[in-house]
Amino acid sequence: MIEIEGLTKRFGPTTAVAHLSLHVAKGEVLGFLGPNGAGKSTAMRMITGFLAPDAGRVTICGHDIETETNAAQAKIGYLPEGAPAYGDMTPRQFLTFVAQVRGFRGAEAKARVAAVVEKTELGPVLEQPIETLSKGFKRRVGLAQAILHDPPVLIMDEPTDGLDPNQKHAVRGLLRAMAAEKAIIISTHLLEEVDAICTRAVIIDRGTLVADGTPAELLARSRYHNAVTLVLSANEAEAAVARLKTLPGVAQIDRKPLGDSVRLTAFPKGGALLIEAVSALASRENWRVQELYAEPGRLDEVFRAVTTSDAARAKAARP
Amino acid sequence: MNVHSRFLHTISPIFKREFSAYFATPLAYVFIVIFLFTMGAFTFYVGHFYENGIADLSVFFAYHPWLYLFLVPAIAMRLWADERRTGTMELLLTLPVPLWATVVGKYLAAWAFTGIALFLTFPIWLTVNFLGQPDNGVILASYIGSFLVAGGYLAIGACMSATTNNQVIAFVVSVVVCFLFTVSGSPLVLDVFRAWAPDALVEAVASFSFVTHFTSITQGVLDLRDLVFFFSLIALFLAANVVVVDLKKGG
Repeated sequence: MIEIEGLTKRFGPTTAVAHLSLHVAKGEVLGFLGPNGAGKSTAMRMITGFLAPDAGRVTICGHDIETETNAAQAKIGYLPEGAPAYGDMTPRQFLTFVAQVRGFRGAEAKARVAAVVEKTELGPVLEQPIETLSKGFKRRVGLAQAILHDPPVLIMDEPTDGLDPNQKHAVRGLLRAMAAEKAIIISTHLLEEVDAICTRAVIIDRGTLVADGTPAELLARSRYHNAVTLVLSANEAEAAVARLKTLPGVAQIDRKPLGDSVRLTAFPKGGALLIEAVSALASRENWRVQELYAEPGRLDEVFRAVTTSDAARAKAARP
Repeated sequence: MNVHSRFLHTISPIFKREFSAYFATPLAYVFIVIFLFTMGAFTFYVGHFYENGIADLSVFFAYHPWLYLFLVPAIAMRLWADERRTGTMELLLTLPVPLWATVVGKYLAAWAFTGIALFLTFPIWLTVNFLGQPDNGVILASYIGSFLVAGGYLAIGACMSATTNNQVIAFVVSVVVCFLFTVSGSPLVLDVFRAWAPDALVEAVASFSFVTHFTSITQGVLDLRDLVFFFSLIALFLAANVVVVDLKKGG
């Protein structure tokens, strides 16, 4: 439903987005990851027709965003960065305005507004000016305007930014409930969010795609993938490290003191499964193990490995 | 759906939102009070309305272009600058509405608002009718002319507002540009051109003056040329407004 080919945008000498190509099908929830300034928002602004790309094209449900802008935009629900809304309006006035601009009139506009107010739990603040609302409510007003017309394509720039854990949970539930019928792109730098709702994740760095896969595939790229962590008392640690090293699949062992205990992490060679060998060893040796678990992989570590910090980027950009 | 109703269908929500935005804050009321107060002050104290002893509103209308010079940019300055500053521009321009419709809708809302302020000057019309027998045809033409002048300034102001996210800059630049259009028929400007330019150019510069066109309307003659001048000027600046919004989206 969303087809992006060779999307490129330059601002003066810097290239914000470079040759980005992506296809997002119905039922997919694509997590759009990247450090701040990597080009996520710029890419979303081009996908929604706000910015014109310097090269490449975007097609939404068969409509080219540049030549059939309004037809494509009618298929998109968009939550821009920071969830902007008219502060002097109440949520009811604002949502009614969006409904009317989207072509709903009279009773239908009312019904649409009532439905999204219910879904986003805006009821208690419906008659207060938006500028007086808390960050969480403001964000949900933005979400409500984006899903009001039940669009087949949803583009959301940090939909859970500024929400507390309960609100995040509610918003993720809302997105999950709609996911089957829509193609969704959400940008985020909350890696837990990828695990929670995304069926696929892409990481962009300096405007370029550096990773693309299911959350599990990305986790598999982590050094921690299939590593085994065990916590045992400090006096056993020395012997345990020596024994673990003898296991054929172990590449390396990290140790980290935790008060009276020590946490050991055994990294596998080439992603091999270690947990069975390690747990067998532990019971054979009669270690008093306090914790023992296999690591699924760490997304933040993958993220750091494939992206660069903003300071490094700024340094590289200097002539 | 025919073209006409689709036009209204697209523009009316934009128009309504913009129009009610004036009344959502004290802006509308403050503006209207100041507008009526300065109109009255100029008419009675500077224009000596009573002392003239003539039952017409020419002194009242004579000050309109000069008062609009400051008051209309104050109305126009927030039109786009505020959208850009708060980020709502991104929301507005990703809704399925053609850009020209958004530009025209916002403009018409602001123009309607100045129309209301102008309408609220009707007590002076009642006063002059109470005092004597003025030519109400001339007064009606003058009101139309005044409304057109406000529309012209407003189109300039809307366009300038789109160039920046700072309302103060939008205001100052609008006042300067509007001032040029106001005085272009006066000796102050024309003498500069007369020294070297061919007569045709001097005539052309003079013909851009709001005051010249407005004065001819306040004589009671709604000349087609004056109407064409104001409407084409408005159209020109709205077209420029569309281009400026489109070009400056990224920055």
